[in-house]
Parts: sequence; structure tokens; C-alpha cells
Amino acid sequence: MRGPIRWRRVRVAETLSETRTARTLVLDVPGWPGHDAGQHVDVRLTAEDGYTAQRSYSIASADARDRLELTIQEVSAGEVSPYLVQTVEVGDEFELRGPVGGWFRWTSAVTNPVLLIGGGSGIVPLMAMVRARVRSVSQAPFHLIYSARTPDHVLYANELFQVATATNDIKIEFVFTRGGLPEDARRPGRLTSVDLPVLDESVRDGMRIYICGPNGFVESASQLLLAMGHPAATIRTERFGPTGG
Amino acid sequence: MSVISRGFGGRAERPERSVPPGQYLTDEFPVLSAGPTPRIDTEDWRLDIKDLDGSGSSLSWAQLMELPNEEVTVDIHCVTRWSKHDTTWRGVSLDTLLEHSETEAGYALIRCYGDYSTNLPLEDLLDGKAWVAFEFEGGELDPEHGGPARLLVPHLYLWKSAKWINAIELRADDQPGFWESLGYHEYGDPWLEQRYVGD
Repeated sequence: MRGPIRWRRVRVAETLSETRTARTLVLDVPGWPGHDAGQHVDVRLTAEDGYTAQRSYSIASADARDRLELTIQEVSAGEVSPYLVQTVEVGDEFELRGPVGGWFRWTSAVTNPVLLIGGGSGIVPLMAMVRARVRSVSQAPFHLIYSARTPDHVLYANELFQVATATNDIKIEFVFTRGGLPEDARRPGRLTSVDLPVLDESVRDGMRIYICGPNGFVESASQLLLAMGHPAATIRTERFGPTGG
Repeated sequence: MSVISRGFGGRAERPERSVPPGQYLTDEFPVLSAGPTPRIDTEDWRLDIKDLDGSGSSLSWAQLMELPNEEVTVDIHCVTRWSKHDTTWRGVSLDTLLEHSETEAGYALIRCYGDYSTNLPLEDLLDGKAWVAFEFEGGELDPEHGGPARLLVPHLYLWKSAKWINAIELRADDQPGFWESLGYHEYGDPWLEQRYVGD
């Protein structure tokens, strides 16, 4: 039997502002055992009076030695996320354990064409998959559909643009729900079946689909896909509730 | 090891009633599911109960509704860290469902619509500790939360309270279920913080 996944002391090496309410923390994690794209970690903060709080966060980075990136979306009235987004500085320390999660996970051993559908900060584990795909020898076609409120709410915008431009077989599309760019043909609004690819049954049956986002988004996207004939067994979901953070 | 996180003060108001270690209280009811929500018509719904010797029964929705049920108010704890106090459910006790069973099984594997499964020691399902629940807070159980019916085993992390229950397979061995095969703890006691394998 395996021992417990141990808590590690980690240090903030760098912080990157992604949007007004989201920040990426680049962490030094000595001895990190490595992870697969889509997995998450548990973070534990301890106040001076001994009070602790734990939360789970998806890993944003592809596997790297002794390094890990988390992108945190601030949840209003949250207890942990405002601290990680607003307060934490380079050099600060907290505890972390992982990697955790064996289901919502992509490795280059998965050769199926991949459809990624992300809503809001649900992009984070999907970005780890895109990054892992770019760095691997995999030729699996990737199609990312990323739903965000407006272009200002898009995480990793420059990197996504570069990836889409530089990598064959990685297609990236945005769905803006509140307001888009002036040149957008699509009117702002929630994801509908029109935003999803129409595929032959043989293609659908051989796909791997990952959907991550708020529960309402994931529920809606997965039901749209089922209605379009995608088998339930090809769809993996990860949801976050209306509260948290 | 205790690492103080500089500048972290925690919540100003901390809960009066305790929650298990590493959990926080919520008034919402977040959803955790590995795949799309299955929609099962109660006309088609079945609950199969299989014993070690292959004997068993298959319950229809109408038959489930005829069994004595009870209302319970319990605290629930999800491994994703939220806990919720005083949730009210209506369901049929597993004591009722397994009443006539003279089983020698030590474990149960719960199978569900949508191919989910979870494993538990049989004793955790008996003696007023588990129900097949079909109402939540006085209303029909929503499909997202496991409707038409889910297992409710509130003393363990909520992934053991399998949504969309379809079968109870009594077993001699402890066969790992879905999350238990993917790195989560085989038992899942929230008060012992048994989240992952080895905890």
C-alpha cells in the first residue's frame, strides 16, 4: 500500500497577472514527482493563530521538474482565493500536496482526437492539456472551445494565439457570453450547439472530450453534446460549484 | 510541519459547529460528477440487488415507493472540501432494502446509471446509516444531484453516496469503485480526512 501523498512546503517564485481577478502563481516545489495535465493539487494555508484552510486547484502548467503553476480565479467573499490573487508575494510560502486526480487527465498516450470545452476559469486544466500536447510528440488533433464573458476575461490570451498560429492540428475558438470583439460575426451569448463542431458518427465515437467550468456551463455543454450524438462515455467533466474559493 | 502563510488571516467568522478537518461550510449545493448527467425516467428505473450466491431481486420505482421510507436530517461532506449542515432527505433505509437478506457478504459494490460505481463495507450501509434517497429538502431529487434516486451514506465523503443508483452488489471482497480506482481512499471517513489512497 502506498503511503499518503505528503504535504510539501512551496515558495512563490513569480506571480503573473492574467486578468483583473485572476493570477498565476509560479511555485518552487522541490522534489515535485511530476504530474499529468488535468490533475490538481490541494493547497493549505495556515494563519498565525494556527487556523488552516484548504482548497483544491487545477494545475495550469505542463509537467516540469520542481516547478508548478497554478492560476487562481478570485471568488468574491472567498477565503483562500482573494489571498492567493491579491495578497501573496514572491518569496511567500504555503503548503501543497498532490498531484491528485486520475480521471480528468490527458497524456500523450491518449491518441484520440480531443475536444476541450472550457467555461471561465475552467480553462485552467484544459490549458495544461494544450501545453502538454504542444510539448509532446503527440499529433492528436486538439480543438479548444473557450467560453469567457468578454475578451478581457480570457486567460492566457497571447499564448493561446501563438499556439493556434504555430501548431497544426490545434484549433482554438472563443465564445464570448457578454461582449465580443467589434469584428466578431458571432453575437455574444451562451454556448449553443451552433458553437460546437458537427462531426460524423465515426469521428464522434473515437473522440475524447473534456469539459470544465461552472456546473451550469458543464451541464449545458454536456447535454448539447449528447443531443448531437456524442456517446456519454467519451465525455469527461470537471465542475466547480457556485461557491468555493 | 507548520508553514505560516504570511498575511493569511482566514475568515473573520468561523463556524460555531465544527466541520471535519480541511472542510468549509457552504449553503450552496455544488455538483461533482465525472461525466454527463444521466436522465433516467422512473418508468425505466430499476434497483437490482445481487447476493454472493447469485440470488437477488430487481425493484421497480413503484415498488420502491411502496416501501416504508423515512425523513432524515444529516450533515454532508464532499471531498472537494465543502460541507453542508442539516440537509433533509427522504429515502428508504438500506436496512429495509436488505431486510430479508441472510447474506454472508462483507462488502457492497454500488453500480449506477452512467457507469459510476463505489465500494463500501456492508456494515456501513446497515443499522440506520444509509438510504436510497429520492427527495431533497422536500422536493424531487434533481438529476444533477443524483435523481431519481441516489445512495445516501452521510458519515462518509459524499462520493460514496453514489448518484443514479442502479444496483447493489453484495460481495465477499472489497472491489474498488470508480474514484477508489483513481487515487481516492477506499473508505473515505471525513473526520479522519481519508481523501486519497494512503491517507
